[in-house]
Amino acid sequence: MSAGSGRPPRFRAGESVQVAGREAVGHCRTPWYLRGHAGVIASVHGAYHDPERLAYHKPGLPLKVLYKVRFRQADLWRDYKGPANDHLEADIYEDWLGPADGKERGR
Amino acid sequence: MTHDHDHDHAHDEHGHHHGNDHEHPHPPQKDHDAGPMSAYEVLEEAVRSLLIEKGVTTADEIAAQIDLMDSRTPALGAKVVAKAWTDAAFKARLLADTAAALNELGIDIGTLAEFRTIENTPGVHNVVVCTLCSCYPKLLLGIPPAWYKSLAYRSRVVVDPRSVLAEFGVRVPAGTEVRVHDSTADLRYLVLPMRPAGTDHWSEERLAGIVTRDSMIGTAIPETQA
Repeated sequence: MSAGSGRPPRFRAGESVQVAGREAVGHCRTPWYLRGHAGVIASVHGAYHDPERLAYHKPGLPLKVLYKVRFRQADLWRDYKGPANDHLEADIYEDWLGPADGKERGR
Repeated sequence: MTHDHDHDHAHDEHGHHHGNDHEHPHPPQKDHDAGPMSAYEVLEEAVRSLLIEKGVTTADEIAAQIDLMDSRTPALGAKVVAKAWTDAAFKARLLADTAAALNELGIDIGTLAEFRTIENTPGVHNVVVCTLCSCYPKLLLGIPPAWYKSLAYRSRVVVDPRSVLAEFGVRVPAGTEVRVHDSTADLRYLVLPMRPAGTDHWSEERLAGIVTRDSMIGTAIPETQA
C-alpha cells in the first residue's frame, strides 16, 4: 500500500518515459512486450512493496514508486490495426523507468 | 460400480430422467475426485495439512476464506454500477476512492490489492486484462471467467483489442479510443460501463439486472433488451 517511500517520485504526470529494455531473473511485473518502449506517465499511484523481493519472502523494501504509464498502441505494435488514438496503460515500478531518450526500440 | 450406473446416478441427483424429453446423448459427468490426484493436488494437500498441523492456519480459517470468495459475485458489482448510474455524488466518490465508496455499501475488499474504477465515456472504451497472470477484482466480482485466464485472451486483447471486442459482440466506433488496462501490479480495475439510453425511469434494481460481469471487464455493453 502507499506508505511513504521517503523519496519523492522521480517522474510527474505528463512526463515522457522509457521502459528499461533489460532482462530480469526471477519474478518481475514488467511485461516483456513493454520493455524498451516509450510512454507517458498517466498518474503516480504511490509507493508499494517491491514485488521482485516479496516473491522471495523478503519484506519488499525499500518501497518502490508505482506509475500508470500510457502507451500508444501504434508505438507498441508496428502493424497495429486500430485508430491512432488507441492506447494501452500498465502499472510500472520506478526502477524500470528512465527518461525517454527518443531511441525507442522497434518491434 | 459400472460406468452406466454412475451415469444414471448422477442424473437422478440432478432431477433428470432418461425418457420422453431427454433423449440426446452426452458424455457422462466425471466425479471431480475420480482418478489419481495430480502432483499439484498432492502438494496442495500436503502443504495444507502441514500448515494446519503446525498451527499456522486452521481448517475453519480456510473454510471462512472459501465462503468469503463464494459470497462475491458479479451481482455485487452490478449493484455498485447501478448505484453509480443513479447517484452522481456516489459515482464521484467511487471514481475518487473506490474502496471507501464500496465500504459505504457494506462491501469490504480487504487490503491485499487497491481498486480503481475506470469510467467508459462516449470518447473512451476501457477493457481490462492481466497479461502476466490473472489479476482481477475478485473481492467484488468473485472468481474470474475461464477465458479471462486464457492465453488467447491475455495475448490477443493487448495486440488487437478491437477484433477481440468484436468477437464479444462489442463494436467500438473508430472515433472512440480503446484503452486496454494491463493490471500488472497492485491495482485491480473495475470498468464502469455507460448507462444505456432509454433507462431514465428505471429503478436501481432494474438497472443492476442489465449490468453483466463482462460489462465490468469491458468485454460487453449493458443492453436494455436481452
